[in-house]
Amino acid sequence: MEKSQIWVFMEQRGGVLHEVGLELLGKARDLAEVSGSAVAAIILGAEVAPLTDRIINHGADLVLVAEHPALETYRLLPYTDVLTRACREHHPSVLLFGATRMGVELAPRLAARLKTGLSAHCIDLQWDANGNLLQMVPGWGGGVVATIRCPEHRPQMATVMPGVMQKCESSGRSGRVITWTVGDDLDVSGPKVLEICREEPKTRALETAEVVIAGGWGIGGPEGWKLLEELAGLLGGAVGATRPPVDEGWASEEQMIGQSGKTIRPRLYIGVGISGMSHHVVGMDGSELVVAINSDPKAPLFEVADICITGDFREILPPLLEELRRRLGAKQPH
Amino acid sequence: MEKIIVCIKPVPDPLAWDRLAMDPVTKTLIREGIPSVINPLDKQALEAALEIKDACGAEVVLLAMAPVSTRPVLRQALAMGADRAVLLSDHWFAGSDTLATSRILATAIERLAPFDLICCGNFTLDGSTAQVPSQVAELLGIPNIMHVSAMEFRPPGPLLVTQKIEPGLVILEAEFPLLLSFTKEANKPRYSSFLEILAAETREIAVWTNAYLQLGAGLIGLGGSPTQMADLLIRRKVRQGLRLEGSPEEIARLLADKISQLGIV
Repeated sequence: MEKSQIWVFMEQRGGVLHEVGLELLGKARDLAEVSGSAVAAIILGAEVAPLTDRIINHGADLVLVAEHPALETYRLLPYTDVLTRACREHHPSVLLFGATRMGVELAPRLAARLKTGLSAHCIDLQWDANGNLLQMVPGWGGGVVATIRCPEHRPQMATVMPGVMQKCESSGRSGRVITWTVGDDLDVSGPKVLEICREEPKTRALETAEVVIAGGWGIGGPEGWKLLEELAGLLGGAVGATRPPVDEGWASEEQMIGQSGKTIRPRLYIGVGISGMSHHVVGMDGSELVVAINSDPKAPLFEVADICITGDFREILPPLLEELRRRLGAKQPH
Repeated sequence: MEKIIVCIKPVPDPLAWDRLAMDPVTKTLIREGIPSVINPLDKQALEAALEIKDACGAEVVLLAMAPVSTRPVLRQALAMGADRAVLLSDHWFAGSDTLATSRILATAIERLAPFDLICCGNFTLDGSTAQVPSQVAELLGIPNIMHVSAMEFRPPGPLLVTQKIEPGLVILEAEFPLLLSFTKEANKPRYSSFLEILAAETREIAVWTNAYLQLGAGLIGLGGSPTQMADLLIRRKVRQGLRLEGSPEEIARLLADKISQLGIV
């Protein structure tokens, strides 16, 4: 019998792979070791063949490449069309997407066309005793985790939060590349792309930072925010935020951590002036060491923290910066 | 422009989520006593529809699938300026996953046809799957755009839609009929005046059951949902909870020790 296949959709824009696809290959590899399945990656674009080596090194046994000039820029309907045809021909058992803006738009449309189930923003995946995929889905701001399965429909589809799964890269892995022929009957209908403004985020990507200093409403303004940036700079980390600082303009939308923002799992998370509503906590509680600094001793963030400091951050951060600079042997900035 | 349909979801008030509990036997959430509010991003969807209505005239119809007890939430939306509201409510709909929910909404929208535009919030606070907009559009066979952060429509010019991507933005030119789902940046929802709120109190809200939609049992509810819930747990994670005390300098030293132990400094 042919091996069952676990498929990972490899998101790319402008020839650059989104990291979440590589993370999902790591998870797919783990799942495949248990079930004896094959891991296949599927990638759509105009000229994406140069990306296949990297995809194979991250764990794909097979890469399906669908190339067509109309696929150069992501558009929902052509992408849905190609993925539908590929699924109907190859019958993957599992199909995973990153829960990115692209994945969140594309995966549901495809699932509805294939009349199969889809779970959203998964934080873990594993097999049950019957070989069905168990999909752990946070809801209600992360205060609740539901385990979802899709026993009678295939593929079992899920979108997975970026930053949650671990990549497993090894050079010199071998894999097959299969070019999927996209016919001229490709559905190219739908909105036309007039312009793409690719703004690179100014701050270091939160998802990959080992240290994240996050600030909330308690920071009070841009001046306090500078202390967080200073601390992050010293520790080589990134600055994150809850919703209020983004609304106030102290931080950008890209810096938001939580339910409607990013999921992070740094080695060190320091939350400053953050009350710790579940919307935020769902995005950070995978962190290795959680430090909470808040003047309110009853702040809920203390309940999910390893180290709790009650006090005014304006009094605590300056001596901390000084102590860390001394230990790093770094000079005081001008 | 003739008709704009705005999908609205009454959601449990997030300020009361700490009162959520789980029934240990049925593994379902006990929502009793938690008030409903309009899902925040649905207000952006409604505002977008009302802006088009103000500019070129259109009938704005609200559509919600929810228990009849959530009528007051729909009245809030009527007070903002919608013309009428349809509430889809039937015990046959209970337990629907996103695909089954989308079938119910899409079927109701077909009953409301013809329409030009469907507006949704980009996600809801409770389930937060963000799956329903794309699925409703697929079932209706019309295009859709998610993550809409701006919209420009000046007839006879085309509809221009700004979509957020990672990283950056895309400007799209779209044609009707179409489904759009809006983010927080899209607009600033209007407030209703006291008189508008008062007037909405007596507005009639149509309630449609499955007797009208005529969807088979295999398409809706638990039986029509490809996904099933295998388990549900309220999450608690064990953390050290170590309190550092002393002067700011002492705390700074203790914290620097902990950071050093991680090997970061």
